[in-house]
Amino acid sequence: MARDLLGVSRLSDPVLRRWLHGLPGVDQVGAEARVAGLGTRSIKTTAKAFAIDLAISMIDLTTLEGADTPGKVRSLCAKALVPDPTDPTTPRPAAVCVYGDLAATARKALGDSLIHVAAVATAFPSGRASMPVKLADTRDAVEGGADEIDMVIDRGAFLAGRYLQVFDEIVAVKAACARPDGTAAHLKVILETGELATYDAVRRASYLAMLAGADFIKTSTGKIAPAATLPVTLVMLEAVRDWRELTGTQIGVKPAGGIRTTKDAMKYLVMVNEIAGPDWLTPDWFRFGASGLLGDLLLQRQKLATGAYSGPDYVTID
Amino acid sequence: MTRFDYAPAPESRAVVTIADSYGLFVGGDFVPASGPSFPTVNPATEEVLAEIGQASAADVDRAVAAARTAYEGVWGRLSGAERGKYLFRIARILQERAREFAVLETLDNGKPITESRDVDVPLAAAHFFYHAGWADKLGYAGLGGSPAEPPRPVGVVGQVIPWNFPLLMLAWKIAPALACGNTVVLKPAETTPLTALLFAQVCQEADLPPGVVNIVTGAGPTGQALVEHPGVDKLAFTGSTEVGKLIARSVAGTRKRATLELGGKAANIVFEDAAIDQAVEGIVRGIFFNQGHVCCAGSRLLVQESIHDEVVHRLKRRLATIRVGDPMDKNTDLGAINSATQLARVREMTAVGQAEGAERWSPACTLPDRGFWFAPTVFTGVSQAHRIAQEEIFGPVLSVLTFRTPAEAVAKANNTPYGLSAGVWTEKGSRILWMADQLRAGVVWANTFNQFDPTSPFGGLKESGYGREGGRHGLGPYLTTGATR
Repeated sequence: MARDLLGVSRLSDPVLRRWLHGLPGVDQVGAEARVAGLGTRSIKTTAKAFAIDLAISMIDLTTLEGADTPGKVRSLCAKALVPDPTDPTTPRPAAVCVYGDLAATARKALGDSLIHVAAVATAFPSGRASMPVKLADTRDAVEGGADEIDMVIDRGAFLAGRYLQVFDEIVAVKAACARPDGTAAHLKVILETGELATYDAVRRASYLAMLAGADFIKTSTGKIAPAATLPVTLVMLEAVRDWRELTGTQIGVKPAGGIRTTKDAMKYLVMVNEIAGPDWLTPDWFRFGASGLLGDLLLQRQKLATGAYSGPDYVTID
Repeated sequence: MTRFDYAPAPESRAVVTIADSYGLFVGGDFVPASGPSFPTVNPATEEVLAEIGQASAADVDRAVAAARTAYEGVWGRLSGAERGKYLFRIARILQERAREFAVLETLDNGKPITESRDVDVPLAAAHFFYHAGWADKLGYAGLGGSPAEPPRPVGVVGQVIPWNFPLLMLAWKIAPALACGNTVVLKPAETTPLTALLFAQVCQEADLPPGVVNIVTGAGPTGQALVEHPGVDKLAFTGSTEVGKLIARSVAGTRKRATLELGGKAANIVFEDAAIDQAVEGIVRGIFFNQGHVCCAGSRLLVQESIHDEVVHRLKRRLATIRVGDPMDKNTDLGAINSATQLARVREMTAVGQAEGAERWSPACTLPDRGFWFAPTVFTGVSQAHRIAQEEIFGPVLSVLTFRTPAEAVAKANNTPYGLSAGVWTEKGSRILWMADQLRAGVVWANTFNQFDPTSPFGGLKESGYGREGGRHGLGPYLTTGATR
């Protein structure tokens, strides 16, 4: 498929380089001005209520700490199953995102709920390991019951122009997502945009990941600053929009890290709505990688329902 | 709710108080006009906002006399530092009352509240701040005189401004005039007088000496009386090329100076190597900002042949998300056409475009029943010979043409009697410099469009007028150098 799209019989670094560097550039000032313009949208009343519930349903509720324990993961799953004990109409988040070794714990705690288990793999967050290790990491998480795998690209290879290596690694990890029954875990490809530095590089990395078979493209690990930003997500939303026009295949987008408030989430949803289009406004095609965001969304949800702020003590802290 | 439809988010109009009727502002006081009154309407609803006094020739005479008295008695003798204090005070009051000005501007003009709030009013305040800083430094501007003996003001200035940026054009005119020590008689456009009259209150609030700023409202005859008044030393006009020519004829052979900022038919030139998504944004900003009621609007899109289809496709996709409607709603992108007259002009020109054979397209959008509305419109297949490629439409209407080589882009861009502005979109720095050198336009924007700043001189070439406003260059027309006084 990649070879057909590029019109070549064999992929190589020069072939990929020509294609990626032939993409239109991103003007930094213009892209940031567009984000600032969309940031002035005023989301009120019914639109706000809709957007809050939508945002909650798009969260990958995340814990990715060295100090994570099965107990902490179970507690996070409990929160995912009942986000707001005072209001059973509250939607559930899309997934719980953990390290691979805790995927089985999460799977068990979530039971037969529709909440997915997402696991980071491929020597997250640095990606600095040999391919066999990365693939074993991936298989281990899939066997543990992960529905979704969040892999990292080799940024060193990407920035050095070894595009074929990045491509091949994504293809190999995608293959490792396959289960014996013929189904496969969804693959999210983390570009770690904070290390790519320019919007041109973000656009090229997005196209490379989509070409290699990513189901989702994701901004960040959350371990590097800056993590997700609005302009980076804008560039990625433009990429998936244009990719669908080019190939007919729809790819999801996941900004992760640094999104903490309802106001932030609203800005992202406005951008999804007006850049990629309403087709992306579902948990199937857009996710927030976040831990603290859920609490603020719940506070704002209670405020809309009751007309008064309840205060942080009325939102559970897990 | 199953779709992300933005709920109405209207700005409150409670922040403004509009009187039933207004007089003129002459000699520091509001005085009745001797002519009959005329209504000013909200173009989004056709609601009459207030009755406005029509200044007669006698009223204009009184205003010019008040300006002369203030010039000779107070303002022309005041030190630059003292003038600067008044201008800083006006700038701060504009900021403090920013919401009031933004709401009033949107009600009277029809532009979206986000634009009056984020562009018009902050820029107007910025012009006063900028020129306040110049007031005591005119001797260092390199425009004659010396730090010890700064250049002298011209005297009494008559200023006539258009309806597209009522408060901002007022600021462009009044701030440099006052900073240089002149006094002014300003006539706002007849369809948008309210923010100028609110500005008169600001002058009172700032304790500006009476007669330094005088506001006379009215239509063409009032403007004519001001232009032809023998007591005026200098005229500054922003508006149509047609009226600009009348003014130039009127001042020929008199002692009056004039600066004219007139119409335009700007080329927005997109090369095949441009950052396309941002270029599309620039095209949108170029022609749909302020409903296209912008003299420097990028109304002619020149797109390189090889990317024509892609750019047009992306532009149409983008225009499908433009929100047309209630200008007071904070999510509105495109507001109302300023007047029934202007709407008729836009309709006439788009009918001409169709008759000439260009292909017309507008996104699906429902326009309000009352008020003056026009959907964003794109004409493709336009050639230089078409009237819609030659004449200023002054509405949300874009004409798309193609070019093959940079030389052809330059030839087409310059093939107009106008020369106000142009835009160039390319990732190639050397081409930007070459194009800027070749384009006969007063302002050339590179990878952006419709950016304004008080530090940057603005003005036209050819039939787009003469003189500059803003920056150091903008001070010159308001000063006489030591040698010539």
